[in-house]
Amino acid sequence: MQKRVFDGSIDYIQIMDEEGNIDSSLMPKDISDELILKMYRNMALARAFDAKALSLQRQGRIVTYAPLLGQEATQIGSGMAMRDSDFFVPNFRQHALYLIKGLPIENMFISLRGFEDGAKAPQGFRGFPVAVPVGSQVPHAVGLAYALKYKKTGSAVVSYVGDGGTSEGDFSEGINFAGVWKVPLVMIIENNQWAISIPRKNQTAAVTLAQKAFAAGLEGLQVDGNDVIAVYKTIRDAINLAAQNEPQVIECVTYRLGLHTTSDDPNKYRSPEETKEWERRDPMVRVRKYLTKKGLWNEETEQKMADEYRELIDTGVAKAEAFKPDPKSMFEHIYSFMPETLKQEEDDAAASNYWQQ
Amino acid sequence: MQMNMVASINNALKLCMQENKDVVLLGEDIGRDGGVFRVTDGLLDAFGSDRVIDTPLAESGIIGTSIGMALGGLRPVPEIQFAGFMLLGFAQLVNHAARFRGRTRSGMSVPMVVRTPASGGVRTLEHHSDSPEAFYSHIGGLVVVEPSNPYDAKGMLIKALHMNDPVVFLEPTKLYRLFKQDVPETMYEVPIGKANVVREGNDLSIITYGTMVPVVNNVVQKRNIDAEVIDLRTINPLDEKAILDTAKKTGKVLIVHEAELSFGAGAEIAARIAEKAMYDLKAPIIRVGSHSLPYPFPGYENYYVPNELKVSKAIDKLLSS
Ligand SMILES: Cc1ncc(C[n+]2csc(CCOP(=O)(O)OP(=O)(O)O)c2C)c(N)n1
Ligand SMILES: [Mg+2]
Repeated sequence: MQKRVFDGSIDYIQIMDEEGNIDSSLMPKDISDELILKMYRNMALARAFDAKALSLQRQGRIVTYAPLLGQEATQIGSGMAMRDSDFFVPNFRQHALYLIKGLPIENMFISLRGFEDGAKAPQGFRGFPVAVPVGSQVPHAVGLAYALKYKKTGSAVVSYVGDGGTSEGDFSEGINFAGVWKVPLVMIIENNQWAISIPRKNQTAAVTLAQKAFAAGLEGLQVDGNDVIAVYKTIRDAINLAAQNEPQVIECVTYRLGLHTTSDDPNKYRSPEETKEWERRDPMVRVRKYLTKKGLWNEETEQKMADEYRELIDTGVAKAEAFKPDPKSMFEHIYSFMPETLKQEEDDAAASNYWQQ
Repeated sequence: MQMNMVASINNALKLCMQENKDVVLLGEDIGRDGGVFRVTDGLLDAFGSDRVIDTPLAESGIIGTSIGMALGGLRPVPEIQFAGFMLLGFAQLVNHAARFRGRTRSGMSVPMVVRTPASGGVRTLEHHSDSPEAFYSHIGGLVVVEPSNPYDAKGMLIKALHMNDPVVFLEPTKLYRLFKQDVPETMYEVPIGKANVVREGNDLSIITYGTMVPVVNNVVQKRNIDAEVIDLRTINPLDEKAILDTAKKTGKVLIVHEAELSFGAGAEIAARIAEKAMYDLKAPIIRVGSHSLPYPFPGYENYYVPNELKVSKAIDKLLSS
């Protein structure tokens, strides 16, 4: 006997195309032009932050930075789809989430200046700090989702991993747990086509990354990650399902227009033609076209917004640059108590003047 | 020829690949990109993608498949992009690479060299500055080395590739491009398991390795101290003879490493001296290391990693006791 025991297929969703045209059959009724304007403004904030960070890094005022340029729609669309009660668990590139979820900009720049102090979020902030080891955040997100379910909070967790990150054991282990535990998790695969110099096709032989969901017993879906409306709708739907304990995997197909990090040189491994093609699919251009056509946006509003964001970001930078690190803080937050031996190290270091060098 | 450490390691890899077609390299971004530090630059073009393999992003996979390759008759040289991420392959190293020879009574062995940039001092992001030599040395079965200059790096890498053991080859990021040295373009070996007496002296012994070698040398030279400086080069197995010889000679021992002070290699060195040369000592041993807490964000690293002043103060304390 032979019979089919599993069928799986992955759909791809786009709602707003590169020219700003909307597929009305897929467009949710409640997405107003006002909301689209808000999406645009948030993406612009993310891009302005990104440009500032890049320029500060080039001036030696912050440490290594991983730009998000080109990925604004994936991050803003998903961030705005979250309910106030939901949590996000990022990797290291989702700066936009912090911006719109209420981490003070100065905190972000304190972190980028290389101080842990920036990662201390205000009370009630519902996001985890960056996770540098690729994929390591996925099991955390699953565990958090378990805790939220256990405590009957009704909250869900939206977590992020890169295309490269899906190759790590932590990713597979994490989503497998999610399937077995049936936790309120939306796992976003932010597929920006590259993991440093490794193109998506060399990362896995699988046709889509979304289909990795099947092996964990989850649902998978692919969305145009440069279409903020499609991302918003897809993630909102996914959160609703996840909140009913049906974990979801969503692959957002986007593109890293910039550098992997400020230490990287993409000219070593990818062609300018490829980047050009993706510039055409820029997530902001299409929304600007749409808003302009509707008479909701023009040069003047663009300029006003740019000035507003410049001031907001510059204020954050100024506050962050006024921050003075205290070397003692290194010692005082390692344990919930102060071990005698560690205290000796701290006192000895403070009494010597080699910190002042 | 004048080479920095990046060039000398690249050169060693090239020579070994020319010498033995079973030598293959694998790791993240080592091919087209030439590695994030450019250590493997040009090797993909020279040897092809069957021998210089850009892998998926998975460290346990990289080390695990390397073990299989080694058991299958190849000599893999896996690169882990940063030592902090080698922890994802830790289970493979400890559970398998370290044990295959012993558990088959030498019926099987795992000849491979795991290369990874280690230690800090260059303002990298979190997890990019770890000094994990003690982890790998603790269990036995893994050879753990860390060169401190371009000449040793090349000779030790060649030696490692000629051995039939799993070798953890730590490359101090800070020293990759810090200085150049005259390095022969031909094959040569630098012994593994043998310390290097960097300079002879009588007033005290400073035992160190890796990133701290130039720091110690600077202090000793600037202050014109009559110190004997030992660069261990190999952490496991320790060159115990060199350690005891210098301890007995000067009677005063300072151990300096960048790794966290507590439970570090310094503890093992100090314990061996205490066991075997205690009565030759004129003063208690002093250890200098980074503070006993995880490597901080880059803004704090200058408060964390031992600097010249910290080493200098330790020397004063030892000389005056
Ligand atoms: C476990 C681990 N291995 C290697 C690295 C070095 N590294 C940082 S980001 C990166 C590529 C990540 O690619 P992807 O998951 O696609 O995310 P992207 O950077 O494209 O956002 C690598 C290899 C790391 N941070 N963690
Ligand atoms: Mg990627």
